[in-house]
Amino acid sequence: MDRTTHVDQHTSQRYSAELEGLRSSVLSMGGLVEELCRQALEALVRGDAELARKTVKADSQVNEMELNISAQCIDILARRQPAARDLRMVVGIIRMVANLERIGDEAAKVASMARKLADDRDRQTYLSEPKHLGDGVSAMLRGALDAFARLDVEAAIDIIARDPEIDREFKTLTRLLMTHMMEQPQRVKNMLRVNSCARALERIGDHAVNLCEEVIYLVDGNDVRHLGVEEIKLRHRGG
Amino acid sequence: MERVEQQEPVAGSKGDAIRPPLDIQAHSEQKDYETIGTPFVTDPKMTARNVNVYYGDKQAITTISLDIGRNEVIAMIGPSGCGKSTFLRTLNRMNDIIPICRVEGEFCLDGDDIYADDQDTVLLRARVGMVFQKPNPFPKSIYENVAYGPKIHGLAHSKAELDEIVEDSLRRASLFNEVKDQLDKPGTGLSGGQQQRLCIARAIAVSPEVILMDEPCSALDPIATARIEELIDELKENYTIAIVTHSMQQAARVSQRTAYFHMGKLIEVGDTKQIFTMPKHELTENYITGRFG
Repeated sequence: MDRTTHVDQHTSQRYSAELEGLRSSVLSMGGLVEELCRQALEALVRGDAELARKTVKADSQVNEMELNISAQCIDILARRQPAARDLRMVVGIIRMVANLERIGDEAAKVASMARKLADDRDRQTYLSEPKHLGDGVSAMLRGALDAFARLDVEAAIDIIARDPEIDREFKTLTRLLMTHMMEQPQRVKNMLRVNSCARALERIGDHAVNLCEEVIYLVDGNDVRHLGVEEIKLRHRGG
Repeated sequence: MERVEQQEPVAGSKGDAIRPPLDIQAHSEQKDYETIGTPFVTDPKMTARNVNVYYGDKQAITTISLDIGRNEVIAMIGPSGCGKSTFLRTLNRMNDIIPICRVEGEFCLDGDDIYADDQDTVLLRARVGMVFQKPNPFPKSIYENVAYGPKIHGLAHSKAELDEIVEDSLRRASLFNEVKDQLDKPGTGLSGGQQQRLCIARAIAVSPEVILMDEPCSALDPIATARIEELIDELKENYTIAIVTHSMQQAARVSQRTAYFHMGKLIEVGDTKQIFTMPKHELTENYITGRFG
């Protein structure tokens, strides 16, 4: 069966429509969150205080979407009593929107730091690593949302496998910032801000992993949270 | 309860959410098929092997093998005409009274062949009791409804003993407190839910080992339904229960194991939790998620 259309075909057309509506709401929320991450990163790299301000403000839209989608889920649970893959879809989405909302918060953190760093004339000396980290997690987030849209477990596993590299990059960046701080104590304040950005980006990567775990759950039925990527692959193959 | 894994699912891995190819027409014509999941248990109360049932020329059940575990509640679900009620009725030979009905296969209750030539069906139906869709109390008093079975089976040797059986059965059916002052009133005067509990009391009165229930709540309101479900939960301590139901939520609530029937075949059997969160067969999934009616 074509999994991308699998919410169709209920005897109750309206039920199908509700589930499809839920799915597209999550995709819209994902799209918005992805855009906020992109803007936050751009504001950081370009020193664009205005864009940073807008990004912080837009986070409230994400919060609103979270409430809205949660309400849709509760409504379906109460009135339809979904089972099997429909149940997994609704439960998975409840957990996914919580992660998306947190990603929105992290993006807002990055934007708020970007605003404070916008005036720093030495920005270019330390921004290439955070930008690289940001590009990495943005790609993970995009991949996670694609995996959800296509219900693609293999793709989700690939994204999860990228997280250790992000963690390594974050650690390297922290060491680098410490070196900067020791060499130029007058820049400690801004270096700490850069470190906050990096921490927020790294967290976005973790949330993208969580999204992928939910994709695996709603397709396979395997709850793979807190498992290593090798174990996840094994379970997917039926081990 | 420990399950005996019959065979790995046909297609792909356990993680592969979508199972054998879906071709309902082809599936209905195929005689040789494999039930997915765990139709067999280590400590069965009843066993059915290679069951085929025909109504005249029409085959209603095709090669079903299934165990009913001791002290478990097993739910049988499936669309109308899938054979679940027919199968249930083979378990205490209720189909014997239908002239055109022919039953093949082996059925055992605690290892005894229940279709043996010398099997007394009245005795069998005392061991394997039945509760029907529509409450059907005898047109007699509440007391007589419950006392009738123990009397004809000679289970009570005195009036006092019979009184005790009646009270005990009514208590087990959670009905005694509601009717204790009107035991001489007709059973038909009770509400639908009370009548159904009276029928359950009547079934319990002859100390059955297995209780078959054929959509016992379909004529009842939600509160009466909840009371019957509560009762099923209590009864499983002492009895083995097989229940046919059209309500999937009911199957999910009361049973430990669920069997999914489709066009006379037993498609999948598994722990109820697994069937309702992660069914292995596409037909099961389609049915419980409300696809294709």
